[in-house]
Amino acid sequence: MNRYLQEKVGFAVLGLAALVVVLPILVVVGVIVVRGAAGISWEFLTGMPRQGMKAGGILPAIVGTLLLTLGTALVAIPIGVGGAIYLAEYARDTWTTRLIRLAIINLAGVPSVVYGLFGLGLFVLFLQFGSSILAGSLTLAIMTLPVIISAAEEALRAVPVEFRIVSASLGGSKWQGIYHIVLPQALPGIITGILLGLLRAAGETAPILFTVAAFYLPRLPTSILDETMALPYHLYVISTQVPGMPPQISYGTALVLLTIVLSLNILATLIRAYYRRRRWW
Amino acid sequence: MAAKIRIENVSYFYGDRPALCNVTLDIPANAITVLLGPAGGGKTTLLRLINRLNDLLEGTRLLGRILLDGQDIYAPEVDVTALRRRVGMVFALPLPLPGTVRENVTYGPRLAGIRDRARLDALVERCLRQAALWDEVRDRLDEPASALSGGQQQRLCIARSLALNPEVLLLDEPTSGLDPISTGKVERTLMELKRDYTIVIVPHSVQQAARLADFAAFFLMGELIEARPGNEFFTNPRDRRTEDYITGRFG
Repeated sequence: MNRYLQEKVGFAVLGLAALVVVLPILVVVGVIVVRGAAGISWEFLTGMPRQGMKAGGILPAIVGTLLLTLGTALVAIPIGVGGAIYLAEYARDTWTTRLIRLAIINLAGVPSVVYGLFGLGLFVLFLQFGSSILAGSLTLAIMTLPVIISAAEEALRAVPVEFRIVSASLGGSKWQGIYHIVLPQALPGIITGILLGLLRAAGETAPILFTVAAFYLPRLPTSILDETMALPYHLYVISTQVPGMPPQISYGTALVLLTIVLSLNILATLIRAYYRRRRWW
Repeated sequence: MAAKIRIENVSYFYGDRPALCNVTLDIPANAITVLLGPAGGGKTTLLRLINRLNDLLEGTRLLGRILLDGQDIYAPEVDVTALRRRVGMVFALPLPLPGTVRENVTYGPRLAGIRDRARLDALVERCLRQAALWDEVRDRLDEPASALSGGQQQRLCIARSLALNPEVLLLDEPTSGLDPISTGKVERTLMELKRDYTIVIVPHSVQQAARLADFAAFFLMGELIEARPGNEFFTNPRDRRTEDYITGRFG
């Protein structure tokens, strides 16, 4: 085989590998859209489930997932971004900070069902929040934190150190430099990290299994100490626990969940692309 | 000439590596003092010690004293941010901050608490005029600073430092990235500014040093070899090593 041919074959193999990555996504999205579209209707999106979930809508699950995501954001964003600022800007390289970094890396690797059990033990039982939106949001927040901290720290470190020196040379305090120069520059990366973390939280089943999710609760929650239905768990329930479930309801639910998660993902991509074009350095 | 800055027996170490060895030097007010010598001589280090930018580094050690108007700038009661407002710094590479031309000039004053729009506008015009940049950017004040040319960016950095009304201006090879025309503009700016400011500059060539120097100090491997008024320094150096350097025998 001559070199030219070798190269052609090589490119073909590499291209095929790339295609293999794209293919499953297309198939998954395609199947769910095609089979789920039949289930989508105004009543499905805004109605309560009826007849043991075999009819009616999934509004409580949609609202539940949105509330859980919001609760997760409220807890995880301030703590995550604050921690990242500390690690990137203030922390010296001591054994304590090394320990913190090690903890973050390991937290990211903990299986989500373990977070669920942890949330059950700490928030539901020990702190007596019960199975509630509060307990579920806190559990999801802990699971999301490592993602947000890592992404935000990386984004902060990507801002050239010269900006901090210039800011200091112009009479700025360390915090002024961070607040006025470094944070705005790192914001796109931080927002992307936040959205990626949140969409993972929105789609997870295991952490909410023991901490908040209701099997069948055809009403909207009225307080953060209420249980609620949530899309991922609802999908699990109707796919495995209820015999004779009409398929368009399962696929419709999957389509709604996928839409929420993918739109967060697309939003993250758009923000990143938008800011990359107007980067200053 | 009265000494604005007095450097007394200063030695400085990065870890165990000495960067300055027992340097004593008076820097006169309202004049241009050039610090010259081959790379690694300690010029930039000395410059950064004068407004305490080296505080940002870890593992360094300073011996001796640096006095500004007779006051030790490393004394514990000194407010470092206030010191840096009195002693401005311009870096080798033009480093505009993210944001517009106007935002760059007003960054320091805004941090210092000046909010009044009219006052900031007046400040922008005054500083850009002082830096010989006003005529080129008066219609582009709200464009990103990164859109300016390199020479314009460097003069913007000078204007940005002037906006704090400093008493001292430190410049670390401010023209090293610039073409001859921009360099000429920056040099003329400095000649203008020395009436009101005390200027310390690390020049990017011996020729530039000779053009600018009212007072010159020659550094070699962290030691101050010779410091004298500029005309004597360049026409009649005392130390053999100074002569070798300014006549281009090594560099």
